[in-house]
Amino acid sequence: MKGFANLYMELDQTTKTNEKITLMAKYFSRTREEDSIWAIALLTGRRPKRPIRTSDLKLWATELAAIPYWLFEESYDVVGDLAETISLLIPLQKSDQDKPLNKVMIEILEIASQPEEVKKKWLLNYWSQFLRDELFVFNKLITGSFRVGVSQQLVFKAIAKAYNLDDKAVAHKLMGNWLPQTTKLQNLLSATSSSFDDSKPYPFYLAYQLDIQFSEMDKLEDWQFERKYDGIRGQIVVRNKQVHVWSRGEELMTDKFIEFAALGNILPHGTVIDGEILPFKNGSILSFNEMQKRIGKKNVTQKVLTDVPLCMMCYDLLEYQGDDIRQKPMHERRALLETIVKTANTELLHLSTLLMPKSWDELDFLRNESKKLGCEGLMIKHKNSIYETGRRRGKWWKWKVDPYTVDAVLIYAQSGHGRRANLYTDYTFAIWDNENLVPFTKAYSGLTDKELIEVDSWIKKNTIEKFGPVRSVRAELVFEIAFEGINLSPRHKSGIALRFPRILRWRKDKNKEEINTKKDLLQLLNSV
Amino acid sequence: MLIQFTNRGIFCPRANIYIDPWKPVDKAIITHAHSDHARWGSKHYLSHKDSEFILRYRLGTISLETLSYNQPIQINGVKISLHPAGHITGSAQVRLEHNGEIWVVSGDYKVKPDGYSVPFEPVRCQHFITESTFGLPVYNFPEVNELNIQLNQWTKENATQGFNSVLIGYALGKAQRILSALTTDQPILLHSTIYNTNNALGFDNSPYIKFTQEFKKEQLNPGIVVATGSVIGNPWLKRFDPYRLAFCSGWMQLRGARRRRNADKGFIMSDHADWQGLNEAVLATGAENVYVTHGYKTVYAKWLRENYKLNAYEVETLFEGESIETESSETIGEQTETGQQS
Repeated sequence: MKGFANLYMELDQTTKTNEKITLMAKYFSRTREEDSIWAIALLTGRRPKRPIRTSDLKLWATELAAIPYWLFEESYDVVGDLAETISLLIPLQKSDQDKPLNKVMIEILEIASQPEEVKKKWLLNYWSQFLRDELFVFNKLITGSFRVGVSQQLVFKAIAKAYNLDDKAVAHKLMGNWLPQTTKLQNLLSATSSSFDDSKPYPFYLAYQLDIQFSEMDKLEDWQFERKYDGIRGQIVVRNKQVHVWSRGEELMTDKFIEFAALGNILPHGTVIDGEILPFKNGSILSFNEMQKRIGKKNVTQKVLTDVPLCMMCYDLLEYQGDDIRQKPMHERRALLETIVKTANTELLHLSTLLMPKSWDELDFLRNESKKLGCEGLMIKHKNSIYETGRRRGKWWKWKVDPYTVDAVLIYAQSGHGRRANLYTDYTFAIWDNENLVPFTKAYSGLTDKELIEVDSWIKKNTIEKFGPVRSVRAELVFEIAFEGINLSPRHKSGIALRFPRILRWRKDKNKEEINTKKDLLQLLNSV
Repeated sequence: MLIQFTNRGIFCPRANIYIDPWKPVDKAIITHAHSDHARWGSKHYLSHKDSEFILRYRLGTISLETLSYNQPIQINGVKISLHPAGHITGSAQVRLEHNGEIWVVSGDYKVKPDGYSVPFEPVRCQHFITESTFGLPVYNFPEVNELNIQLNQWTKENATQGFNSVLIGYALGKAQRILSALTTDQPILLHSTIYNTNNALGFDNSPYIKFTQEFKKEQLNPGIVVATGSVIGNPWLKRFDPYRLAFCSGWMQLRGARRRRNADKGFIMSDHADWQGLNEAVLATGAENVYVTHGYKTVYAKWLRENYKLNAYEVETLFEGESIETESSETIGEQTETGQQS
């Protein structure tokens, strides 16, 4: 546990990717395999569920710290992170024992089902034997909030470096359904694709936003153009009549997207399709909102299946007749994909249409139709591109349409968490509804650190009222908010819900009289 | 009451004297020379003798009288004396007594000795005015020795890997502590504000390189740079590439505060009292009435009322301390410093 806590702290203290890789590789090569497999699981986001209720954690920490509960809450408000708050509040012991990471993790998994008194005893025992860094990392694990500032790709590179493997092969081997408590690192890393578990997906290839000129690109005819649909990027894996549906976040969505189960009897063994999962009814795509509602539901009822049926808009083929074909050029994979989808001949699978613009100007024209068609923009893929892993520049580009924008005034602020703890960074904005300012959206990201600090300091000086962690402020600062979509929503005070709202820029040149109105937004809604 | 809280600052009407006023007044006692406590424009100043040069350096030509610690004077029957606050060089608590009523205005203070400034001494009183910059139980600062070991290890490790170490701290107080803590034989370069502050303090600058435009990278190769927060995000830092950067501040206790600044390292080095320090200091005065100023004043006053059954009140002042961004007396003091002079 010490070694892992140490790794966490070291990773936390550098922003340089090469250093991060070196640190992880060093850890792996020094650590026993049964601990390394846990480290890999944790670093790639396979964190255990919170085994103990947050309210119990707070209560027991307060007892141990011998402070009143309100003071715990005040401290938490300032620190902004429960695990850190607890590790700062409870008195440190000088004891200096170490316990292997895999033992600690197994105990965390097992304690979840124990009665409360057992949990408490177990926890207090742990809290009194760690030094501060271990305590913090341990608390991160039991609060279910363990996150590290490393991308999966960096972890793969570090593993490749430590075990002398190819990082893309590592990426594939570590995808999908494995549990650190039942997997041996040796088996995981040495597996050949034929011995893979049937559910295993491939690492997604992600495109960068187009940021170069067309003149710097190859000829128009070297590229493949498609619409970028607004659904959930996913992979459908069919092996031995079993269907597994994976989201880009590497979540297994098979149980939520049950209609795809039928593909087990339609697609041949050893087929993996990459595409966008969309709500699709009577020949047209439904709004993303419908999809979100469906995902939010606990049970997939017959009504849901009839109201919001799904399909996959197929982009790419990664496995064909059981062979990994990611190294074949795009145009060959596309040809095979067309055969597969046409042969399957099912409403569940649609081929993404290839666009055939005669010029880059025409492509831009096609892009501008996106919103009308419910798309986010275009995808531009080189016809010779192999299917890479992770986000890479050069061969695949996304070219999104410009977002909608609205000018709004800041009226509430709340302090952030983690990196933004103790800084007012979560904002609520209002627009005019006749003579009244009506709150209509929250937005977080988009300001530079410098601006954040400036706004934070303004908020502290212009607070009207405090309600717990929230402050209402004088309506004065105007921001331009960008968003991707708009819907009616009875749950919101304004009756409107925005999709992906974020701060585009601080409009220091505008005052609150000049911001948009609710009428403007309703007009926009009706025009979409 | 001997002391009143006014919109110009903490005021003793009987002696007609203010303590750390934030507007120009006739007579001002200055607890210490940080810019939020020592403001310009007053007719006459009184301070500890060790603050003299730095006050003159920062406030220009002023009428200034100085005292030693524990050297009482009388003004219209009010007995006034200064006592060590342990915050920075020359920092003082102000004790005022009249007809058996005793007040102590502590300014900024810390209880643990830093190995450089004269350590804090508790002063018995009935009315105690305390800061609360770190008035939350999450602030428990490490021992100075332990901290200094970490600091030296870090600079050494950076040097072995070919990195310069950039240490960020406030020019007055923190910089001298950092320099006193460093045991290295690597070359140490000072940002000019720090170099000049050292001169004004009489702090020996001879071991250090002063930054000038003629600076050459090879002079460090690799070494240590001590600078103020004003250099953050400034191309000035580029000439020390490759470097690692650390903030030296009590705010570094919180992970978010360090990560937000993209610092490689945070050293929890503060010239303010931590939670335990505040409680010790308050209790040691024996005061029944405690006035809590800048910092987490609401929380800390409530704690004193509930836990120690004291009459604790929040007092609004213009001393700074609510968040790290306004930490002008700790790390990011450069702008305030120069702003005050112009």
